Amino acid sequence: MKRTASSAIRRLWPNATAIVLFVVFAFPVYWMFATAFKPTGDIIAEDPVFFPTDATFEHFKKAVDADHFWTLVGNSVTVTVLSVLLSLVIALLASFALARMRFRGRRGFIVTFMIAQMAPWEVMVIAIYMIVRDSEMLNSLVPLTIFYMVMVLPFTILTLRGYVAAVPKELEESAMVDGCTRTQAFIKVIFPLLAPGLMATSLFGFITAWNEFPMVLILNKDIEAQTLPLWLSSFQTTFGDDWGATMAAASLFAVPILILFVFLQRKAVSGLVAGAVKG
Amino acid sequence: MSVQTERADTAAAAGIRKSDASPPGVGRDGENRGKSRGGAAVPYLLLLPALAATAVLLGWPLVKNGMLSFQNLNPRQLILHLTEWNGIDNYKEVLTGSDFWKVVGRSLVFTAVNVVLTMLLGTLIGLLLARLGKRMRLTLMLGLVLAWAMPVVAATTVYQWLFAQRFGVVNWVLDKLGWHSMADYNWFGSQLSTFSVVTLLIVWGSIPFVAINLYAATTTIPKELYEAAALDGAGAWQSFTSVTFPFLRPFLWSTTFLEVIWIFKAFTQVFAMNAGGPDRLTETLPVYAFVEGVGNQHFGMGAAISFLTILILLALTAYYLRTVLKQEEDEL
Repeated sequence: MKRTASSAIRRLWPNATAIVLFVVFAFPVYWMFATAFKPTGDIIAEDPVFFPTDATFEHFKKAVDADHFWTLVGNSVTVTVLSVLLSLVIALLASFALARMRFRGRRGFIVTFMIAQMAPWEVMVIAIYMIVRDSEMLNSLVPLTIFYMVMVLPFTILTLRGYVAAVPKELEESAMVDGCTRTQAFIKVIFPLLAPGLMATSLFGFITAWNEFPMVLILNKDIEAQTLPLWLSSFQTTFGDDWGATMAAASLFAVPILILFVFLQRKAVSGLVAGAVKG
Repeated sequence: MSVQTERADTAAAAGIRKSDASPPGVGRDGENRGKSRGGAAVPYLLLLPALAATAVLLGWPLVKNGMLSFQNLNPRQLILHLTEWNGIDNYKEVLTGSDFWKVVGRSLVFTAVNVVLTMLLGTLIGLLLARLGKRMRLTLMLGLVLAWAMPVVAATTVYQWLFAQRFGVVNWVLDKLGWHSMADYNWFGSQLSTFSVVTLLIVWGSIPFVAINLYAATTTIPKELYEAAALDGAGAWQSFTSVTFPFLRPFLWSTTFLEVIWIFKAFTQVFAMNAGGPDRLTETLPVYAFVEGVGNQHFGMGAAISFLTILILLALTAYYLRTVLKQEEDEL
């Protein structure tokens, strides 16, 4: 009797812990959405309403109607998409060389990119500010785009290099035997096979660029040239303690990334992990 | 989540390096053929855009930062575009003042606490994932992925709301649990409580990366190793110390350093949470450099602090960087 009880407990505790942990990790995200949809009366309640029954779009309306919201959405989308696309193009060339060719200095280049991706951009903003100011490009999206591009470039190169290396060389070779040039073989054979890798790689680039905060904070004082992270971080101050609207704003900011992540996460992570643990 | 991604970045790179060791032999001939067809300059031409972009946009700010740190650059010089060199005055002022060293100590403790908590809890949760049945594992994974994907600025505002003095859910729970003095507690009124919230935010956001990747790593441990250990009479703990842990050690080692880098330079969480307050008591080095340099418009001083911050970061991770360099030599 006693034996079965203890083995039941032994089987139970991992599941019980998992449920507690699920709540701990998911709750802040749930609370953001829950607050965003709750009527104000439920938000400023002495006892929090954990499972709201009434939904309202009033907070979202307030967030969307905030000054410059759509300008900032446009800025964020432009900067993010352009910087990721640029870095993908540049990285594709570099990763092909690093994965498929053997040449003097190859190892040095790889190490350079590995070190470069650890660059402490957060601490370099003062120098970047001076450079951008001296080029008279403050309050412009151009410096943001190119700096974000370089920010995600090393990671993109190193990850794509893994994906290029994973495409069997025989495919490329047989295409070349069939009369393709190396460039044609790349475009016709490798590139289509790389598509999932490109998507997974770009996910992390999107997240980095979408979230970047310190650089835009110092470079673009003009609201017309800012991006959503700045808007969101000052939202609460601007709107007093309107938590409903603040959480609606946070939800709007988070949703594109959450959707991308949930769709691409499996692929991206397995790509990372395949590299990380294959000894 | 800029931070989050960076974490992911670095780990991926740490890994990818190894993956290309796996398809050996076959390719060598193809490579040579390609080289002779394409000409020796091709790989360099392919790398040129990436190298040029990195050199200009990463290298130049670093050099510029070094130069600025030897200049007297306050609003007057800034507006009039004056370059006034002042030797090592900035460094003298920073290093002899007591503020800087206080911030250094604070940053080191902050980093240590966050990294230890992240690695410890992340490892435990990763091992738990390996023990769970399929359905529970997917459930917990979903929670972890949500926290992982949550953009940093959004997460910061959510934590401000969770810990809000009025109507914040955390104070309500603490009050209901019998800790009535917390009913109207102001979390952002003191150094320790502000740091607690920031730490919770960072650890919450960092654990998923460690846990999910660690779980993935445990799935690659060959079952025969456990069978062999069991035949030798190893219990659960012994098979952990003799099989699981040695297998995971390289992963844990590199992840710890990546977390050190990531947390030491964390800016957004600290700054967006409470702007380094109250009374500048929660400024870590990156925030301190920003507030001194940009906020107080002592750009030269700020640059000197930035430079010293980078040096400290290099010193903290020197051992890891060295193994990165060495591994590259061994494997390529």
